[in-house]
Amino acid sequence: MNQTSRIHGRHRGNGNAQGIQRWGSLIGGSALAIYGLTRRSPVGLALATLGGVVAISGAKANALEEPATQSSVLINGSPEEAYRFWHDFEHFPLFMNHLESVTVTGQGRSRWVAVGPLGTKFRWDAEIVNEQTNQSIAWRSLPGSEIEVDGYVQFEPAPGNRGTLISARIRYRPPAGALGHAVAKMLGKDPNFLMRQDLRRLKALMEAGEIPTTDGQTHGPRSVTAAAARFVDPDRPFKGDVEVAEVFSQLRRVS
Amino acid sequence: MKAVCWMGVDKISVETVPDPKILNPRDAIVRITSTCICGSDLHLYNGFVPTMEQGDILGHEFMGEVVEVGPGINRDKLKVGDRVVVPFTIACGNCFFCKSQLWSCCDNSNPNYWIAEEIMGYSPSGLFGYTHMLGGYSGGQAQYARVPFADVGPLKIPAGIPDEKVVFLSDIFPTGYMAAENCDIEPGDTVAIWGCGPVGQFAIRSCFMLGAERVIAIDRIPERLQMAKEGGAETINFDEVDDLIQLLKDMTGNIGPDSCMDAVGMEAFGHGIGYMMDRTKQMLRIETDRPIALREAIQACRKGGTVSVPGVYGGFIDKVPMGAFMNKGLAMKTGQTHMMRYMKPLLDRVERGDIDPSFVATHRPPIDLAPEMYKMFRDKQDQCIKVVMDPWANGARAAA
Repeated sequence: MNQTSRIHGRHRGNGNAQGIQRWGSLIGGSALAIYGLTRRSPVGLALATLGGVVAISGAKANALEEPATQSSVLINGSPEEAYRFWHDFEHFPLFMNHLESVTVTGQGRSRWVAVGPLGTKFRWDAEIVNEQTNQSIAWRSLPGSEIEVDGYVQFEPAPGNRGTLISARIRYRPPAGALGHAVAKMLGKDPNFLMRQDLRRLKALMEAGEIPTTDGQTHGPRSVTAAAARFVDPDRPFKGDVEVAEVFSQLRRVS
Repeated sequence: MKAVCWMGVDKISVETVPDPKILNPRDAIVRITSTCICGSDLHLYNGFVPTMEQGDILGHEFMGEVVEVGPGINRDKLKVGDRVVVPFTIACGNCFFCKSQLWSCCDNSNPNYWIAEEIMGYSPSGLFGYTHMLGGYSGGQAQYARVPFADVGPLKIPAGIPDEKVVFLSDIFPTGYMAAENCDIEPGDTVAIWGCGPVGQFAIRSCFMLGAERVIAIDRIPERLQMAKEGGAETINFDEVDDLIQLLKDMTGNIGPDSCMDAVGMEAFGHGIGYMMDRTKQMLRIETDRPIALREAIQACRKGGTVSVPGVYGGFIDKVPMGAFMNKGLAMKTGQTHMMRYMKPLLDRVERGDIDPSFVATHRPPIDLAPEMYKMFRDKQDQCIKVVMDPWANGARAAA
């Protein structure tokens, strides 16, 4: 319980502090710039320039910081079972869709391969940095990896003997440039959504022994427009983080 | 194989599509011998439930013979050659909800759960042949179907009982029975049921099984009211009545029915300005469902009574008489049917001869006639109450 509140607390605390700092710089810097410009003097111009720099750095600050994605799921099983399953990192690609493989190389180390847009592959090596048997596991990418990743998962008995509460937090710090862009794309518009999906797949796998799917099932002729729309954006029409209004705008849709 | 496909609002066609394949270890493939059209299929036909896609295979009331089982299925539970009725809800059997007998709330059977979560907070189980929001599983109005978690849902049927006596165990009989159970019937109770479609018909008979003394059935289609009467109900044709609520009061000594059941759902019919407003709002998509029967059920129910809602709703409704509901101290029970709770006990009742469910079937066409049957069923033509299709009969369309 303590652990959970710490995960959530830390994340929220960080986010707020960053947010305040960022908006502070943005608003303060902009005010300074406007004040400087209205002076119409060399000192004013200098103030305006300084203000501008502060404002821009404020606007940029958060873009470089990838927030941790986190979620939790209740599974009908014991913490021991959940821990055992999670502890074998080679199981991860079974439920984390963006991973192609994880190979355990020994001594708590593993080699990870993820697949991004257009089949771009990212590789990194990670090691377990802390683990409490049947309670928690923390891992981190090794120094020098092209992507910085750290993860933490904990297993607690759920109230009322309802199984195990699995809470996970994973943070990706992609590098700048095209590779970073590709990583961001891999994580999608909403990395938290991706993580919830992963944990739901884990739950299905642990409870039902398989992940429900309709991929590859038989169906009648699909419409050309729907096929084209899906080609352009595979998240549509029924995949991804939809809004209520969006779902209902499908109402009476003749596709 | 042949399959009945949703090709758009008001567009149903029978297409030739690839045979289904095993996709997951606990799948089975069933060769379908009987398959029905359900009232809830009409909501899809009429375009009132979101997230359908052209090419979706319809149908969730079917039975047949197992022709293939996945590697994850224990042969003691299901094997090739078994004759089975397949429940319309899909359940994993191992999650909190399945373990709690809330089978239609299974957490692991809807791959598109997040769409449902946007609208409902949490997702119900996956369903066959329904919307993508509820899984988008290809349905059973076809010659074959893929059945996920086939070691949990399908109920084995002994040889010797004809299809038409047991096929309704796939949905409407258990649904009517659970709706009656949701009425919390005490011996001697009076139950009023809005809607005498197939679910209403089974609900009438189930209410009597559960100890109700009077059932008042409300509809406007003469042959449905007639069938309700044959089931022992008193009937009201609401087209011929000025004030339905007052009539129900008069029939019950001003007490009101102990339980009221809305076996109609989102496309109810009614009278007057309120009904017209609902229709207009539904057309304009300001309101997704027309809750006329639900409003009346709440209004008519006696103080401290129970409202049971087997009728299907998809989204949002306006002007629910919450004041009446609260001040009269009513309870409401609803849900997609927890099929696996009811199928076996109801099969036992059929085998004992307590009930012969085949009474409800009025049409038994080959599957090729599905488009005509959808229209006939929706427009209540030809005294159509329930359509059971044969996927293998040689259904030359000229036979229509």
